[in-house]
Amino acid sequence: MLWINFKRVIKAGFVNFFRNSWVSVATVLIMVVTLSIIGTLIFGKAVLSSVLLQLQDKVDITVYFKTDAGEGDIFSLRDYLAKLDEVKEMQYISRDEALAAFRGRHAENNLIIQSLEELGDNPLGASLNIKAKDPEQYESIARFLESGSFSIIDKINYRQNKVVIDRLSNILLASKRLGTGISLFFAFIALLVTFNTIRLAIYTSKEEIKIMRLVGASNRYIGSPFIVEGVLYGFISAIVTIFLFYPLTFWLGPLSEKFFGGINIFHYYLTNFFQMFLILLVVGVLLGTVSSWIATRRYLNA
Amino acid sequence: MIYFDKVSKVYSDTSIALEDVSFAIDQGEFVSIVGQSGAGKTTLLKLFLAEEKPTSGSVFFESLDVHSLRRRDIHKLRKKIGVVFQDFRLLHTKTAYENIAFAMQAAGKTDEDIKENVPQVLEVVGLLEKSFHFPSELSGGERQRVAIARAIVNRPDVIIADEPTGNLDPLNVQEIMGLFKKINELDTTVILTTHNKDIINSLGKRVITLEKGRVARDDKKGKYVI
Repeated sequence: MLWINFKRVIKAGFVNFFRNSWVSVATVLIMVVTLSIIGTLIFGKAVLSSVLLQLQDKVDITVYFKTDAGEGDIFSLRDYLAKLDEVKEMQYISRDEALAAFRGRHAENNLIIQSLEELGDNPLGASLNIKAKDPEQYESIARFLESGSFSIIDKINYRQNKVVIDRLSNILLASKRLGTGISLFFAFIALLVTFNTIRLAIYTSKEEIKIMRLVGASNRYIGSPFIVEGVLYGFISAIVTIFLFYPLTFWLGPLSEKFFGGINIFHYYLTNFFQMFLILLVVGVLLGTVSSWIATRRYLNA
Repeated sequence: MIYFDKVSKVYSDTSIALEDVSFAIDQGEFVSIVGQSGAGKTTLLKLFLAEEKPTSGSVFFESLDVHSLRRRDIHKLRKKIGVVFQDFRLLHTKTAYENIAFAMQAAGKTDEDIKENVPQVLEVVGLLEKSFHFPSELSGGERQRVAIARAIVNRPDVIIADEPTGNLDPLNVQEIMGLFKKINELDTTVILTTHNKDIINSLGKRVITLEKGRVARDDKKGKYVI
């Protein structure tokens, strides 16, 4: 009995879906818009996160040594730092290397090259570039170096860089929050629109529902096909949306890579295809089911 | 079998639909309920179908107090009653066949039962060749015949017909009434409301006359007297 009813309800849901094809198409379209907004939200979050990560990766501490600092002293400091837990890697640039790099950078500029020649001596000090395992740990490394016991240190560039980087990541974090807020707002509106579209679709069946009650159908038997329809709306919309993102991200991928650096949303789409599809599917089906359920319940109890 | 016990239905002080109505209907009777518009005929049927609750009194179907049913259990009562309305009330998104099949599905009949019975009743009402037409593709008389087929397909104990001929021309009226007589001959109780004097007079069955919400007459072999 249960099985027969189940089969009939599924069949009735499908038949209703295809017989009311215009209503179905309209509902699916609205739901595609909703799911696209949610999909865009996911992409946006991925892009911003990757940009933030990259920015954090740009943070480092460079220690410039006095020109008269002996390499032996520098190395002993380096070896000491290497033992610290916080330090991930270090790069030592000797005075000669620094000069070579400087010359390379300014090869075009005769004035600078000439001044260097006239100076005769190498004016540049050696430097040590330190990367921490965690951005939070720069503060303690910087404090350790600044504590003053190292007479060979000329200057540490952490403080200047930090201000800029902090400001940038603050801007990014704020825009991430703002973006999430705005997207959530739009997603909410889209959800409301979809919910009301489904309600309207069922409103057209108001009389039918009354008649079904009169000929002795149970509330569950009347309502279930509408739920099936809701599930169908969600399912089809999720499929349409995920495939809509293929050409869209394909086109936007290189652009996003150039603009934000690092992440190509087309690759992101491909690698996270199933995860994304699952999210869209769950949201779509849930939205369809809940809307149908709420809408039919009203007329069944009327 | 059906028993109205001092039933009153008051919508408001100025609108009293039924007042202290009592009567009993036996199995296999053909009862016409007549009266002017607003006399309470439709309210009476609505109370019996548990579409509305009485203000006082109670309605029994067999031993069941109709209004003691919970909302979600009302469908169990309605499965035992076939209904036919003036405005047909067919499911317009379903074909004639599906409309009838739906009533059987709702009653939990098997697919085999449905395949066997639906063509049978369609043949009884003379619409077998129009099985797969949608209501919009049928004439008024044909729609009413589909509605009757739907009402009888589950072999209910009672058929309720609320002005079933109100929207039909004289020829169709005769055909439809012929169907109801046939149904009644098979020992199904028929309760009919109508305005049509000729129908009542030619039936020669029991007539309950309502006037301003009260039972004015109850004649075993009644005529239309208002």
